[in-house]
Amino acid sequence: MIGTAAGRARRTRGRVPVAAIVPAIVAVGFFAVPLVGLLQRAAWSHLWDDLSSPAAGDALRLSLECSLWATALSIGFGVPLAWVLARLEFPGRPFVRALTLLPLVLPPVVGGVALLLAFSRDSLIGGWLHDWFGVQLTFSKAGTVLAETFVAMPFFVITVEAALRSTDRRYEEAAATLGANRWTVFRRVTLPMVLPSIAAGAALSWARALGEFGATITFAGNIQGRTQTTPLAVYVLLQSNLDGAIALSLVMLAVSLVVLTLLRDRWLGNV
Amino acid sequence: MSLEVAFTARAGRFELDCTFSAGDDEIVAVLGPNGAGKTTLLRAVAGLVPVESGTIALDGVVLDEPATGTFVVPEARPVGYVFQEYLLFPHLNARENVAFGLRSRGMRAHDARAVADTWLQRVGLADRAKAKPRELSGGQAQRVALARALAMDPRLLLLDEPLAALDAGARAEVRRELRRHLTSFDGVRLVVTHDPLDALALATRLIVLEDGHVAQDGSIDEVTARPRSRYVADLVGVNLFRGVASGTRVDVAGGEHLVVADPGQGAVFAMVHPNAVALYRRAPEGSPRNVWHGPVQGIDLLGDRVRVRIGGRLPLVAEVTPGAVRDLELDEGVEVWASVKATEVVVYAA
Repeated sequence: MIGTAAGRARRTRGRVPVAAIVPAIVAVGFFAVPLVGLLQRAAWSHLWDDLSSPAAGDALRLSLECSLWATALSIGFGVPLAWVLARLEFPGRPFVRALTLLPLVLPPVVGGVALLLAFSRDSLIGGWLHDWFGVQLTFSKAGTVLAETFVAMPFFVITVEAALRSTDRRYEEAAATLGANRWTVFRRVTLPMVLPSIAAGAALSWARALGEFGATITFAGNIQGRTQTTPLAVYVLLQSNLDGAIALSLVMLAVSLVVLTLLRDRWLGNV
Repeated sequence: MSLEVAFTARAGRFELDCTFSAGDDEIVAVLGPNGAGKTTLLRAVAGLVPVESGTIALDGVVLDEPATGTFVVPEARPVGYVFQEYLLFPHLNARENVAFGLRSRGMRAHDARAVADTWLQRVGLADRAKAKPRELSGGQAQRVALARALAMDPRLLLLDEPLAALDAGARAEVRRELRRHLTSFDGVRLVVTHDPLDALALATRLIVLEDGHVAQDGSIDEVTARPRSRYVADLVGVNLFRGVASGTRVDVAGGEHLVVADPGQGAVFAMVHPNAVALYRRAPEGSPRNVWHGPVQGIDLLGDRVRVRIGGRLPLVAEVTPGAVRDLELDEGVEVWASVKATEVVVYAA
């Protein structure tokens, strides 16, 4: 029996059509070639010097700081939002969900324009923030964080909401029969059970915030040390200092690989 | 201590209408086929499903009564609930699972763990305190779930199919253990099961739930001696007919009738034990008796007895010896005559 099955599997493998294999190889090459180009063109000998230039150093520091803030905000607001979307029945819920997930598909530059119209000093909310609190979001570090959060948080929300939906509600009922109130149930049962998804969502949204370009440059601008994050710096350096642009790109590539490795259980099938 | 329920509850399109009271001097098994409403009953008592109308009261304290707007939330009810698949929190070890309820009530972590350890010892799992639920066997998980419920010192213990998730090997031992803990528990005990053997082994009183209604309620002897539904009759393995008595004649469905020894009037149940049914290949002669005829529809071997299902206008089950099967050349499709003496028909009011 086993021999027959193995034989059949071998025959099936032998019959995989060329029509599928060839485009697949082309597609893999399409992903691999730019990476190889990047690695091959890199000026490895003075990579460190390129990264230590003031513009590159500022960009990396700013990127790290702003993306971590954006991730923290995504977690802080995203967990309650995901819980509301997953657990509360209210009219217009599909609409609210679509609204919060819109930045996933919205061109980031459009998001930046929208943020600009809402939060610039001339706008209603932006003007109010400036007049009452002296806070200016455009062309500031806070604005960079805001733009990154805008595009990154949906990744977190969609991941955690899916996890909350798929948890077995009966564990929460069991906790209730054991005297746990709603907050205790959430803290000691719901949250620990979706913790892996919270970590995955955080990693995803952090990577997204780190790579944010369109919304940031549109809303926060491109000021070195204040709003010029690494992707923006790469774009600027491309005109003047190609080696510097490549060096920063390599850092982004390395970070992406690390995130992908962290998420390997989810996406790479635990290989 | 006592539990008083008289309520209707709804779960989707299913409606449960349930009235009974239970004291702390009995172990009540709620028995019924799948979908009879057993779990809904437990959920209503625990407060996981609000009742639609009626009352649930424990020790005279109303827990749920829509008419007066009373509803005690699940976390405030003195109820221990052992769920069907135990539902041990997968991220907590056995000790933390048992300590969960005590900590929810505000006991300090250190003290709660100490109490939890005592309970784990009581259920014989002191050495598994640090095991995660996935590392526990089915029987061990059942005992942790029981310890977790009992650690709360509830006044009412609810068990939903406590043995259904176990394989046959573990079942007998866990059942014996469970019986011991149930007996020593001081409070009202409600055990839901679809397995009559579990009900017989664990309980002193039987409530039979069918289609969302209490079909029968009484001691195990009462219920088995006088089944009041097809479900119970099948469990006990007897023939049960519902009919109308006029004197010694009971008219049943299909235009048939039985002749009985004790005269009666009105709606009755007529019960015939399968070993009181005699089988013949020819029409039997002699005194007026209950005689029907029909084809053999099935033959099942039950130990040293053979159960023969007979079709026709009054379907019956007869229990005969393997020798009789051979002598009568019984087989599926063979036409037989079945007779029952009037004195063998047990009649009681419906």
